[in-house]
Amino acid sequence: MLEVTKLGKSFSGFVAVGDVSFTVETQQIAAVIGPNGAGKSTLFNLITGHLPPDSGSVVLDGRDITGIQPHKICGLGLGRSFQRTNIFPRLTVFENVQAAYLVHRGRGRDFWSRAESFYRDETAVLLASIGLQGRESTVAGTLSYGNQKQLELGLALASDPALLLLDEPTAGMSASETHDTIALIEKIASERALTLLFTEHDMEVVFQIAQKIAVLHQGRLIADGDPAEVRADPEVRRVYLGEH
Amino acid sequence: MKNLAARVPWTLVVFLLALTIPWLGGRYYTFLATQIVIYALFALSLNLLLGVTGLVSFGHVAYFGIGAYFCGILMKTLGVPFFIAFPAAGLGTGLFALVFGYFCVRLTKIYFAMLTLAFSQIVWAICFKWNDVTGGDQGLPDVPFPDLHWIASLPGFSHFRIGDQFYFLALVLVMLCVAALRRLQSSPFGRVLTTIRENRERAAFVGVNVRRYELAAFTVAGIFAGFSGALFGIFNRGVFADYVFWSKSADVMIMTILGGMNHFWGPAVGAAVLTILNQQITSYTEYWPFVLGTILVLLLFVFPGGIMGALDAGWTRLRHRRSNA
Amino acid sequence: MGGLTAAMFLFLIASGLSLIFGVLRVLNFAHGSFYMLGAYLAWQIVHWVTTATGHFWLAAIGAAAGVAILGGVIERCLFRYLYDREELYQLLFTYALVLILGDAAKFAWGTEQLSVSRPSLLNGGFEILGTIVPYYNVFIIATGPLIALGVWLMLTRTGLGRMVRAAALDREMLDALGANVGWLYTGMFMLSSALAGLAGALVTPIQGIVPGMDVEIIVQAFIVVVIGGLGSFWGTFWGSVLYGQVLSFGILVFPGFSLFSVFALMAVILIVRPWGLFGRPIR
Repeated sequence: MLEVTKLGKSFSGFVAVGDVSFTVETQQIAAVIGPNGAGKSTLFNLITGHLPPDSGSVVLDGRDITGIQPHKICGLGLGRSFQRTNIFPRLTVFENVQAAYLVHRGRGRDFWSRAESFYRDETAVLLASIGLQGRESTVAGTLSYGNQKQLELGLALASDPALLLLDEPTAGMSASETHDTIALIEKIASERALTLLFTEHDMEVVFQIAQKIAVLHQGRLIADGDPAEVRADPEVRRVYLGEH
Repeated sequence: MKNLAARVPWTLVVFLLALTIPWLGGRYYTFLATQIVIYALFALSLNLLLGVTGLVSFGHVAYFGIGAYFCGILMKTLGVPFFIAFPAAGLGTGLFALVFGYFCVRLTKIYFAMLTLAFSQIVWAICFKWNDVTGGDQGLPDVPFPDLHWIASLPGFSHFRIGDQFYFLALVLVMLCVAALRRLQSSPFGRVLTTIRENRERAAFVGVNVRRYELAAFTVAGIFAGFSGALFGIFNRGVFADYVFWSKSADVMIMTILGGMNHFWGPAVGAAVLTILNQQITSYTEYWPFVLGTILVLLLFVFPGGIMGALDAGWTRLRHRRSNA
Repeated sequence: MGGLTAAMFLFLIASGLSLIFGVLRVLNFAHGSFYMLGAYLAWQIVHWVTTATGHFWLAAIGAAAGVAILGGVIERCLFRYLYDREELYQLLFTYALVLILGDAAKFAWGTEQLSVSRPSLLNGGFEILGTIVPYYNVFIIATGPLIALGVWLMLTRTGLGRMVRAAALDREMLDALGANVGWLYTGMFMLSSALAGLAGALVTPIQGIVPGMDVEIIVQAFIVVVIGGLGSFWGTFWGSVLYGQVLSFGILVFPGFSLFSVFALMAVILIVRPWGLFGRPIR
């Protein structure tokens, strides 16, 4: 589903991401981990088109998406959630998700019809599937942190992605919230046959659900394999000892 | 109650109410009303950028001016009749907005604002100096009124003079523009614009080509500003370069914020209030800038949502009190 | 006033503007108003202290101090409450100040042009290549950059300066580290206002004091900082020089279009290299 080949990006001599290559199979749940500053966010930004890479390529489902603008990549089946909650704060929950549908289904150019009538059913269904049913008219900015994260997931899902990138989905959450979020993500991933790639600091979460783990350290890939392999890898242990 | 308020066709109501002014008031009120109506359109066009899309433009007066000069030159210098000159002015302004906007939307925040200002001052400098076409610092005096004699033949309208007749024309044209803007803002396109305002980055990652939408908004806002400028040139009996100076951009921005940029009618309310206040206060004192500055400070610190925002908040509080009682 | 002298005044003013932008991330429209107030204050002080010698220098320092205090009060009592609001609100506040201060000056000093005579120390001039160069102008050309250089050195070489620059990059971090960011901002605002006030005081012997000088100078200062790069010291310097050159060049080549040429330059820079000639690339 996703093939990253020799991806590289430097900022004025500082190598943020260097020569990273890995693949994610269809419907696989993969994680990218690494200590702070390892380049995880940069890697995500390179994949989703927010940063143009200096070298290497990104291929999504057979299609080269290297350096393509984010809004186009979104349309090609890649969804993403961000580290800091990224929603539309002054719009209602309904309007948030509906907007995503409007854009994805190509209705954005319609400047004549009334917006409220479109995609009501789809929005309701999506909101129910992420656990926000009944909150349609709540202003998004007033939601709790956890609910906002759910909404953000909804925004990513509205574009009907095949691959979903999640940037620290359980950041700042309590143990129970983390549990709920992970359960929700797993449920959605299986319901929609999604391929998942996420980054996380919470190692328990990672080893709980990831089928494949890539480890970044100072911009370079130091390990890549299933959880057991990664856990046993000596370099990984060296890098992480002292961190956890 | 709020749902009831939402179902009232406000555009029609405002139109009908405004229509009665020449019958009720004297020539002074018609004059004031014409000015308000024109500035209301100008402010509403700015709000498409400011309140809806979140684009802070310091150079919106450029399109007001281009529309005014376009229409004025067509009508006065070239003798083109109004019903051609007016739409041509709008389209011509739209073209400028498209070109300028193309460069502006490649920037964000303060840089965007500065470039809009730079373009606006370029327009001003050209209008100020191009004696042959724009009349330079003398401007374009005596822009003719359109031929409106036919209004006198309408039943009940026979006693109106050209000032009132022009008011009716301006009112109808402005209301059509307002209706169009209303439609635009509640459309899917308008909804996408609000996502850009709320979170540009997120909008891009639900698939919005942010630059393209911003350019579209910029152009549309320019067209409507051009329409308001065209009307103003005639109303003012002339087009002069100082109407394109950047301080006018600040004035219209204050109008928009005074009325409330989070509400569709906010800018129109702001235009009305500010115009009336200006008329009243300048008759007592020359220190209008001081008053305006103070109003602005009050707005920023106490009523950031403007008049409509304050009304909204007051209404919500009243409702809560009623439901708690 | 000679082109170079004008450029130095512009540089003095623009560097204050750039300083404030670098620290507070806001373009202070009222910077030109502080300049104007500095001029009026200087005139007022000279008016009160007519008999003492050296009253010009007293007036200059008094004006700078007076404006600095005003700036400090405005920042402490009003401006600081807008810091967490959108940038637009901060900008509009500075514009409101322009309106208010402009009328306040008009109310206090009227609309007639005022002037201040040159300090006796710097009267007269010397002849070079057939033209007379006033000593005062030479003084400005020498001191202008000296003052600005002093400020720049303070910013880059001292601990205080380092804190200022840190605050510009990450206010919250600095706050967390225990530095009193609030007073830092106030201090910088006062310094920037003092620079503007001083420039206003120093310009009085060369240029008449009139209402409208606030708006006239701020537009020029905006163009300069955009060309040079917002927040860059050397950018402001070269921007001022370039501005003067383009203006005179424009007058030569397109007489009547010199106005147009500086705004066109501003637009070109923003299109091609928005971070200015010396700024840090933002893309």
